Amino acid sequence: MSIFVDDDTRVVVQGITGGEGKFHAGQMIDYGTNVVAGAVPGKGGQEVAGVPVYDTVDEAVEAENADASVIFVPPAFAADAVFEALDTDLDLAVAITEGIPTQDMAKVNKRLGETDTRLLGPNCPGIITPGEAKLGILPGNIFADGNVGLVSRSGTLTYQVVDSLTSRGIGQTTAVGIGGDPIIGTSFVDALEAFEADAETEAVVMCGEIGGEDEEQAARFIGEHMDTPVAGFIAGRTAPPGKRMGHAGAIVSGSGTGTAESKINALNDAGVPVGDTPEEVADHIEDFL
Amino acid sequence: MKLHEYQAKEIFADAGIPVPESRLAGSVDEVLDAVDEIGYPAAVKAQVHVGGRGKAGGIKIAGDRDEAAQYAEEILGMDLKGYTVDKVLVEAGVDFVDELYVGVTMDRGEGKPVLMVSTEGGVDIEEVAAENPDAIAREHVDPAFGLHPYQARKVVYEAGVDADVALDVASILSTLYDLYEDSDASEIEVNPVMITSDRDVVAADAVMNIDEDALFRQPELAEMAEESYEDDLERKAGEYGFDYVRLSGNVGIIGNGAGLVMTTLDLVDYYGGAPANFLDIGGGAKAERVANALDMVFSDENVDAVVFNIFGGITRGDEVAKGINEALEQFDEIPKKVVVRLAGTNAEEGMEILNTDLVQVEKTLEDAVQRAVKNAQEVTQ
Repeated sequence: MSIFVDDDTRVVVQGITGGEGKFHAGQMIDYGTNVVAGAVPGKGGQEVAGVPVYDTVDEAVEAENADASVIFVPPAFAADAVFEALDTDLDLAVAITEGIPTQDMAKVNKRLGETDTRLLGPNCPGIITPGEAKLGILPGNIFADGNVGLVSRSGTLTYQVVDSLTSRGIGQTTAVGIGGDPIIGTSFVDALEAFEADAETEAVVMCGEIGGEDEEQAARFIGEHMDTPVAGFIAGRTAPPGKRMGHAGAIVSGSGTGTAESKINALNDAGVPVGDTPEEVADHIEDFL
Repeated sequence: MKLHEYQAKEIFADAGIPVPESRLAGSVDEVLDAVDEIGYPAAVKAQVHVGGRGKAGGIKIAGDRDEAAQYAEEILGMDLKGYTVDKVLVEAGVDFVDELYVGVTMDRGEGKPVLMVSTEGGVDIEEVAAENPDAIAREHVDPAFGLHPYQARKVVYEAGVDADVALDVASILSTLYDLYEDSDASEIEVNPVMITSDRDVVAADAVMNIDEDALFRQPELAEMAEESYEDDLERKAGEYGFDYVRLSGNVGIIGNGAGLVMTTLDLVDYYGGAPANFLDIGGGAKAERVANALDMVFSDENVDAVVFNIFGGITRGDEVAKGINEALEQFDEIPKKVVVRLAGTNAEEGMEILNTDLVQVEKTLEDAVQRAVKNAQEVTQ
């Protein structure tokens, strides 16, 4: 079992003719993902990475039965690409693009609430169900099939933690990158809810970071609704207030909301152990299994 | 991107929001010319990108020409929380009887813009929010429809603004929302809006921050950018295109990806060291970027040792290793010890390429950080 994607997922790559889109379409296919089409306005009829390109997502869905998209479209056009995915009623849209204007994302977020499509990101590394499907830019070789779910706001931090798990022989059901922007589609709570419902997921790693209050909400959800054990990690303990730490969403406000301390306390209160180091997170997971 | 008060007020004035008469001045003579035109009392206000200017001595009210000269002398060139003041706004003093707070920002939890109004203006609004949250009235705006004018009226009445000026305040708020949308602002704040003894409504301060991710479609605002960096290193980081934040410690940190770099900082602290900086070289970095990053940390005089941590997804370990070698081979003597840890894509190839005469190599993040902390401690001992 897995959440959100598996080997039946049929993927259209929006922006497949660009450098990133082309490269990662190839990587996804090499991993075994069912990439069935690309969609790029004005490039219909071409073939890239061995799959046909259509002018619209709608045509790709009509012709190839795509049910998920991965978006590698530059920031200026990315919100439009997400709207296209939402309006085509795909099951899942994964937005890799970093740097989408926040007010565009507010509009996307409003539309998202009116559709059944799940959005991952933006500014995320994507999602992988080891051995079945990879939608995004995650390095497939560090993952292994297993029973631990992982949800994270950061790409490379995910890799670090997964590497610790895999090297101990602990595989993953699905790893989900939810993205480092202030306004994102799928939240920690959404992913945790799905892991809780997944019969094969026996433990979950949640990697949060400073900024916003999503981790605090997740902590409440875990305390009230989850039987599956969760171990946490929070990045940004040493971040000074008022400074944006790389991710647009990673900022401790001047008034002191969004601190690592607040998030760690909330998780501890919900019975979630928080590792001081990525290795300690893996230790906790090992204890759970 | 932050606009200066004088820039935001120009935008406000163009949009029809009442602001006090003012002149921008860069010297004592210019300040005196300005007060001769504007009259007294006149406020002399430092134009720097920091909050709490008044408390820090960056805003003074001059009652006559001698005071104006004295304050101009004091404020121009002063160091305000690390920023040097090279411009002041000279502004007609407002005879006010009441002060309000009005603002528009993004509520990230709701994913919607929010209007905020409070009758407790003129003080730090974040303190008001913490101590007496009910003193701030809020109204969320549907980002797809935009603002309905009634919403601005509703939130102003809800905040308890005096009835005779409520519609004027609502009209200002409504215009601020239009500006927020049209200029891709992340935040617009007027604190205070002053109510004069004649019951006029005036925007006496102006904070306007623009979403940097939207500057591509805001060319006029992008041109207004006057980044006053805290120091030369932040300026350099801007030129190199790095996400960079300077801290006060002595362990320099380079890595890829915001979450992992933050984690590396946290681990330096955890193992008893003190991080000197956050430096994210981003995804897919090639040799030149790697060399630029090393140049950044080497030119930080606080840095005693460096940890370079890469977990490659799109970034390739062999590219990074090549960059590190090339950058370090330029030196007769390596200025600061560098510990490198490569993992992920092509990490093994990278580890083989790395010239171990120039760098120390560690396999795990934890080991690399501990070694760098130790290197730094050896320098300071």
